[in-house]
Amino acid sequence: MSLELDVDHQPDRTKMSVSKTDVAVEIVGMNKWYGDFHVLRDINLKVMRGERIVIAGPSGSGKSTLIRCINRLEEHQDGQIVVDGIELTSDLKRIDEVRREVGMVFQHFNLFPHLTILQNLTLAPIWVRGTPKAEAEEIAMKYLERVKIPEQANKFPGQLSGGQQQRVAIARSLCMNPKIMLFDEPTSALDPEMIKEVLEVMVQLAEDGMTMLCVTHEMGFARQVANRVIFMDQGQIIEQNEPEAFFDNPQHERTKLFLSQILH
Amino acid sequence: MSDLSYVRKEMQPELPPPTRTTGPIAWMRENLFSSPSNTIGTILALVFVAWIVPPLYSFLIGNAVFSDPEGLRGEACRFEGVGACWIFIQGRINFFIYGFFPFDEIWRINLMFAIGVVLLIPLLTPKAPFVRTAAVLFFLVYPFVAYWLMAGGTFLGVALRPVPTGQWGGLTLTLIISLIGIIVSMPLGILLALGRQSKLPIVKTFCVGFIELWRAVPLITVLFMASVMFPLFMPQGVNPDTLLRAIIGICLFQSAYMAEVVRGGLQAMPRGQFEAAYALGLSKVKTMGLVILPQALKHVIPGIVNNFIALFKDTSLVSIIGIFELLNTVRSAGSDANWSSPTHAVTGYIFAGFLFWAFCFAMSRYSIFMENRLHTGHKR
Repeated sequence: MSLELDVDHQPDRTKMSVSKTDVAVEIVGMNKWYGDFHVLRDINLKVMRGERIVIAGPSGSGKSTLIRCINRLEEHQDGQIVVDGIELTSDLKRIDEVRREVGMVFQHFNLFPHLTILQNLTLAPIWVRGTPKAEAEEIAMKYLERVKIPEQANKFPGQLSGGQQQRVAIARSLCMNPKIMLFDEPTSALDPEMIKEVLEVMVQLAEDGMTMLCVTHEMGFARQVANRVIFMDQGQIIEQNEPEAFFDNPQHERTKLFLSQILH
Repeated sequence: MSDLSYVRKEMQPELPPPTRTTGPIAWMRENLFSSPSNTIGTILALVFVAWIVPPLYSFLIGNAVFSDPEGLRGEACRFEGVGACWIFIQGRINFFIYGFFPFDEIWRINLMFAIGVVLLIPLLTPKAPFVRTAAVLFFLVYPFVAYWLMAGGTFLGVALRPVPTGQWGGLTLTLIISLIGIIVSMPLGILLALGRQSKLPIVKTFCVGFIELWRAVPLITVLFMASVMFPLFMPQGVNPDTLLRAIIGICLFQSAYMAEVVRGGLQAMPRGQFEAAYALGLSKVKTMGLVILPQALKHVIPGIVNNFIALFKDTSLVSIIGIFELLNTVRSAGSDANWSSPTHAVTGYIFAGFLFWAFCFAMSRYSIFMENRLHTGHKR
């Protein structure tokens, strides 16, 4: 793991502006249990619009669970989560509203294997937003071009490489025009060559001002794209800071140990 | 020059393979005589074929009776060493296909089948035009038209001579029962499978109870209950048709089996597919209908078709409650004294068996075709 971001297109931080007043996600005193197991403990996090947050930590530290709570793939039992002004409760209507505004990219892509790439991209716009098919396809092609694989539109996911599939998954989320993007270890299942092509797409997205919460082990990405790094362990936020300070001058013992183990 | 270095100067030309690896002799050596045990197997199989083919030939063709120019019926087949009595099939074919349906009205059955086939072709052919129109016509309009053609009565101002269900029979009835069974048990089975996975305790308990109850009872018992017990529980005067009761029994019975097959497919679906669909904002119903079921059902096509084939064959059980489906017509025709001969009954069963086999084999091939067509080259 290195602190260099190995992509052809180097991120341009001047393009990434963060709002001072506009809150995208606010989590207050949130707790979550799996049965008796206390997975998330007293989480407090405020994400401004345009922020790029990287969440790091050892496996089992609750980082995936945390971002999955933001679109209610996981339910929290205590505390408050407000996404884009909507508080997440068991109210299904609100959950659907939030999910329409929040895109998510998974470690294992989770493309729909029975649909072509184009159908994967147009499914949600057509069935959730009611976009006419022709328009949805036009938007889909625009995003496929943006992730540089328009020629794969009529193939099935099984015919694409892992990197291509992950880029399709990103494009699929973007087709819903989300305000916030969640990334759950988007490059962990990829070969090194493919990690690069996916990270490039993510850098572009950051430059476009997307609010991003990203669970990743790509410390190069964290350093050069994120404006804040959050370190979690045992279901708690242990330390958070700007990337420079986080990597060069970690404060907590656990953070120091973690960084010394993953960075050589 | 060192031994470790080498640079090719000329490319090797492409040569045909040696003859011993191609051609019929090589094929036989590879497939029939590749090892001692394989060779013994091949020889045993040849002996078996030599033993079974001549008598089969003489029964089915050599000594069989194909024509009856003098109208002797059974007498034509009454001689020493007679083979299959095919004239029995020829003579009673209308009964086997149409049952007791009045003979001058069988054009109605033919018309019903013709319409059914015309509507089914676009539904069963991939990428056929007018699929939607055909589906609407087949599922919403056709049942009424078919019922009218079979039962008679007045429909759209056209009156047909009424034919009670007691006169329906033969292959027609076998196909009607199985088609209704297939079309009803599929959606019912899907609903039961979904209900069984529901988080609502009442829905779940009902579905589990329904499935376990119907699966635990033999079909014969179901049919007896439907024909004998059921009327006892009904108030005086209310007596639904025996055929209808049998069909309902078969549909419910099969839907319980179908539910378990579909559940198998649902359980094989990775959680990531649900999550991806939910994360895109799709509701639970749309996730099921657009993402989960299309994949889950595709995974269990072999199981589904297995059920369809079993259902098709199980229709022959309705004969025990006095319904004249194909097998029952063959059997009852066999006891006709006019046709009595040493082999006419066996010939009838061979004919019925062949028809069952032909339909089941067609279903099996069609399912393989669909599996291959729906395979999109993924295994995740």
